[in-house]
Amino acid sequence: MIQRSRLAARRTRTAWLFLLPSLLVLLVAAAYPLWRTFQLSFYQVSILQFPLQPEWVGFDNYRFLLADPYWRVSLKNTAVFTVVSVALETVLGLGIALAVNARFAGRGLMRTAMLVPWAIPTVVSAQMWRWMYNDVYGVVNDLLLRAHLIAQPLAWLSDPHLALPGVIAVDVWKTTPFMALLLLAGLQSIPDELYEASTVDGASGWQQFWRITLPLLKPALLVALIFRTLDALRVFDVIYVMTGTNPTTMSMSVYARQQLVDFGALGYGSAVSMGIFLIIALFAAAYLVSLRVELD
Amino acid sequence: MKALKYVAIAALSVAFGSATSAQGVTLRISCGAVGQELELCTEGAQAWADKTGNKVEVVSTPNSTTDRLALYQQQLAAGSSDIDVYQIDVIWPGILSDFFIDLNDYVSSDLVAKFFPRIVAANTVDGRLVALPWFTDAGLLYYRTDLLKKYGYAKPPTTWDELEQMAAKIQAGERKAGNGSFWGFVFQGKAYEGLTCDALEWVFSHKGGTIVDQDGNITINNPNAVKAIQQAAGWVGKIAPPGVTSYQEEEARGVWQAGNAAFMRNWPYAYSLGNSADSPIKGKFDVTVLPKGGAEGQHAATLGGWQLAVSRFSKHPKEAVDLIVYLTGYEEQKRRAIKGSFLPTRPALYKDADVLAANPFMGKLYDVFVNAVPRPSAQTKQKYNQVSSAFWTAVHNVLVGQTDAATSLRMLEQQLKRIKGKGW
Repeated sequence: MIQRSRLAARRTRTAWLFLLPSLLVLLVAAAYPLWRTFQLSFYQVSILQFPLQPEWVGFDNYRFLLADPYWRVSLKNTAVFTVVSVALETVLGLGIALAVNARFAGRGLMRTAMLVPWAIPTVVSAQMWRWMYNDVYGVVNDLLLRAHLIAQPLAWLSDPHLALPGVIAVDVWKTTPFMALLLLAGLQSIPDELYEASTVDGASGWQQFWRITLPLLKPALLVALIFRTLDALRVFDVIYVMTGTNPTTMSMSVYARQQLVDFGALGYGSAVSMGIFLIIALFAAAYLVSLRVELD
Repeated sequence: MKALKYVAIAALSVAFGSATSAQGVTLRISCGAVGQELELCTEGAQAWADKTGNKVEVVSTPNSTTDRLALYQQQLAAGSSDIDVYQIDVIWPGILSDFFIDLNDYVSSDLVAKFFPRIVAANTVDGRLVALPWFTDAGLLYYRTDLLKKYGYAKPPTTWDELEQMAAKIQAGERKAGNGSFWGFVFQGKAYEGLTCDALEWVFSHKGGTIVDQDGNITINNPNAVKAIQQAAGWVGKIAPPGVTSYQEEEARGVWQAGNAAFMRNWPYAYSLGNSADSPIKGKFDVTVLPKGGAEGQHAATLGGWQLAVSRFSKHPKEAVDLIVYLTGYEEQKRRAIKGSFLPTRPALYKDADVLAANPFMGKLYDVFVNAVPRPSAQTKQKYNQVSSAFWTAVHNVLVGQTDAATSLRMLEQQLKRIKGKGW
């Protein structure tokens, strides 16, 4: 008995020893910046001062944040972006994963080719799409005009009704392959015998999908959803490159950057960043809880 | 964060500090790259380098003034000695003054007296002269002389209503004649600093004030301003392309110089480019003052222009000052005026026969340039960028049809009050 607990204690010590490097990295790379951001969010301080003259303002920044119409706009945009893009990416990704999971000639080539959009850096693909969306020389308008689907060229990125859908489409184009890859891995862990047995029992393909594929894919699907949701909530590059700080598409991160960099408002910008942190932490916690329930 | 900053500074000083040699120093100057700017800046800097035996490297910057300011702020806030001389917008001295040296310590008051006193005043913050004026700017109306004649107009429009009518008539006629992509009027409608300039002209020409008045009061929510913005919103998609709400200077010039617009609002730099040898509209256009807002309105041109400042982190401030004195000197400004139609900042150059021969409009519109309307940067100081951003966003929302001008300006007033807080 005593022997055993001593062994356990030693194991625990070893475990901590192994964890130490990553904990240290986390402390330096995540905890310290977060702590500094938290501190700064109680000050009014401009990056334009030399030297800096921080002024303690208590909860003023947070009070301002709660009443800030542009913060609300960016919250709304981020919510729409996250829900629509993650939903589309999941459905399309699942479709593609099912397709490339089937056996057919050229499957290897197909699996590689589908990753191309994911492999291009976001800044590059966003700029590429920005040109394709251009109202005067863009290829999107050209194709639609030739197909007689529109009568007049559309200003894709400056029309308030089209800008956010336009950006979401680019994100879906880019990130669906990632979703498909994660789901493909999940599909491959489902044993073939289950399908064979159910075929013998006379189950249709539709029944197999709902009764076998989907339930067994659930853990992989959940992990993929967590990844994508957390990623989408802090979306920055695709929006910033395509439409800048335009309020019709501005996300929370774009707004934080505008405050911190364009306006040099370190205090208020930090309060915005803390707002983003809280929202993402909330989602992460909710997912972790649901994941534990699901996996157990 | 602080530690990182020092590492970055150390790395930069290793990288660039070692460039200093016995034969002179190496300076880095940041220049704009709109139109021929970069080419002319490089030539000027090279001429100084050849004369003095020093070296100059030219760093090009984003075309959007808004992006350029963000870049400068990051460089300067990090204490970087990477760039010695900064080309800064006329609205930035108040924002960036902490980071530039006081030129009064280096240049004589006789030299300063050779520039327009108003522009020198704009570059003086709390008694410190933070930059020397390089070229000035004022918004102008470009119009096609050949088309006006063709459609029976003897002179350019004097009010915005006239411009609307003429633009609509010419646009309809040219489209019927076969040019399907012809538009009446192009301007800067993207949500950035350029829209603040254009919209200030609309508002001021309707006697709607300057957003924030001399004493720092927020005046933008008034009936004249509402009328001005509402009228401009009516142009989009009718006499101006729908995509104009994403145009900066160069996009507008692209449409104009291809011969696809009857009118354009732009800065003087487009004059010499439009008259260059390979330009389809060479000799077919002229410039004049922008229209009045109705019969009781007034002509308005937003004051623009760029200055040269020396970073306080520069390792060679003496040489850097020598460079900016050379670049803002009589001869170099004359060369830039003739080759690039950049407006000089020295009154004497407006009487120079060579300058006037190359740019007849400089003599004709002299009064427009000296009476140009400044944006409210002096009043709003370090908060100017926030004020301007709120203003151009509010105007852009009206241009793209998301809201009407009255609602937008009422909301803008509320927002500006919050930005102002206890004071600017």
